[in-house]
Amino acid sequence: MFDENPKRIDSLPNTPGVGYKPQHFSDITNDPGVVGWLEIHAENYMGDGGRPLAQLRHLAEAFAISAHGVGLSIGGETRLDPDHLARLKHLNDWLKPASFSEHLAWSTHGAEFLNDLLPLPYTDATLSRVADHIDALQETIGRKMLLENPSSYLAFTESTMSETDFLREIARRTGCGLLLDVNNVFVSATNLGTDPIAYIEDFPLEQVGEIHLGGHDEEEDDHGAPLLIDSHGRAIADPVWTLYDYVIAKGGARPTLIEWDNDVPDWPTLEAEAQRAHVILAKAPA
Amino acid sequence: MTVDQTTFRRALLDPEAQRPEGLGDGQGRDAGRRFDVYRNNVTVSLSEALETAFPTVAKLVGAQNFKRLAATFLRQHLPSSPLMMFYGDDMPTFLEAFEPTATIGYLPDIARLDLALRHSYHAADAQPFDPATLQAIPPEQLMASTVTLAPATRLIRSKWPVHAIWAFNTVPGAPKPTMAAQDTLILRADLDPEPHLLPAGGGAFTDALLNGQTFGAAIEAATTEDATFDLSTMLALLIVNNALTDLKD
Repeated sequence: MFDENPKRIDSLPNTPGVGYKPQHFSDITNDPGVVGWLEIHAENYMGDGGRPLAQLRHLAEAFAISAHGVGLSIGGETRLDPDHLARLKHLNDWLKPASFSEHLAWSTHGAEFLNDLLPLPYTDATLSRVADHIDALQETIGRKMLLENPSSYLAFTESTMSETDFLREIARRTGCGLLLDVNNVFVSATNLGTDPIAYIEDFPLEQVGEIHLGGHDEEEDDHGAPLLIDSHGRAIADPVWTLYDYVIAKGGARPTLIEWDNDVPDWPTLEAEAQRAHVILAKAPA
Repeated sequence: MTVDQTTFRRALLDPEAQRPEGLGDGQGRDAGRRFDVYRNNVTVSLSEALETAFPTVAKLVGAQNFKRLAATFLRQHLPSSPLMMFYGDDMPTFLEAFEPTATIGYLPDIARLDLALRHSYHAADAQPFDPATLQAIPPEQLMASTVTLAPATRLIRSKWPVHAIWAFNTVPGAPKPTMAAQDTLILRADLDPEPHLLPAGGGAFTDALLNGQTFGAAIEAATTEDATFDLSTMLALLIVNNALTDLKD
């Protein structure tokens, strides 16, 4: 019923992209401005048909698409859900996205899906498990994936290595690339009292295939220390822009996503955030 | 101190449970209420997903009551897959036993309608066949044929005026519902599912078709239920909404 070999763009350009929201469909198709690609949450396009798939088929003809999984539970203690692996394979097969990414987190326990990106300790045992899960995923979908660094609100006392060492070793063992969420770096560093610049210095930037930028909320912990929450519900904070500028100056231009998933603004507000990323990308070293 | 995911998960959904040990703030102190960020993320995200999934139920009970209802539901029925658009299949049966809304007898059927609209929205696309085919084949052959309805078709049979209640809470200017049993058929002519009030006998007719019975058996079921069943009105509704997708001898 549909074209067997639809037109596709096979890599993300080094421009701003946005998380696709259906309310922006006509704005994007009329005039995307500086926005050169779109990211979708893979699980939202796993129905059998209807408007979501109709819109996505249309958009994928004109834009490079990044498919971003939010439900595989790569950091889970149990084996990956074979049904979900099959759904991810199906999506990758027909959509042929320019990029596929998932999170360093767990979200499924037994038969329950908890709908949040839950944290894991960084140990030899979790490293092996995550690497095995990424091997299984990459084998299933027949392509390299990007793994995203999490937002942390707490630390596991049992951890024996840093997050950057953990991610570097995962990439080395599995051949996967990395998705650097600069807001998550800032949120985690603030919450755990570490230096975000030092994190970037330690991060294997050469493995980064995509960058995320999103807004966070500010709360406090029991001791009155700042506790930042990765909410994706507002404009990107100024210190996150500063950190992003540092990342681009150091590592060069990368496809950069503006993530705004809650209290989604009108298109001009979202495009203004993309403009800000565009300005920084434009002065990147060649 | 190892924090396994079973321990983490248990503390996540039980606000009375002790937070797991072995979690810190990265600077030598206990994580304390930092753990509650995850508790909050899980319950709020699931509660919001339910509010999106059951807009008519939420409107009928009010936002605050819905939050309480959702908090109870989500602890008993966590999602069983990462496909959040299908979360809440257990809501109608949950509501049948949920004491605080027991006086709203029609609420479970309204939940069925909200759920069916959502499933219809995501159902597979299908092409209708040319309705002239129905007239082109001999009547006897037609009666022995089976008619397939579009995958987005959903039937809600209720002893309550479910269609009228849905309309009153959704469509501006819709009249106040009066007591009556109503059968509602959700059809998706293109991309937008729409609930249609079925005429007398229409519930029995579409129920039979959806269960793979022949065209003749469906007509018989409809006229048995209500002698005034009007086949042409029923067929017009299905044809206009592109719901007839296959005809098999």
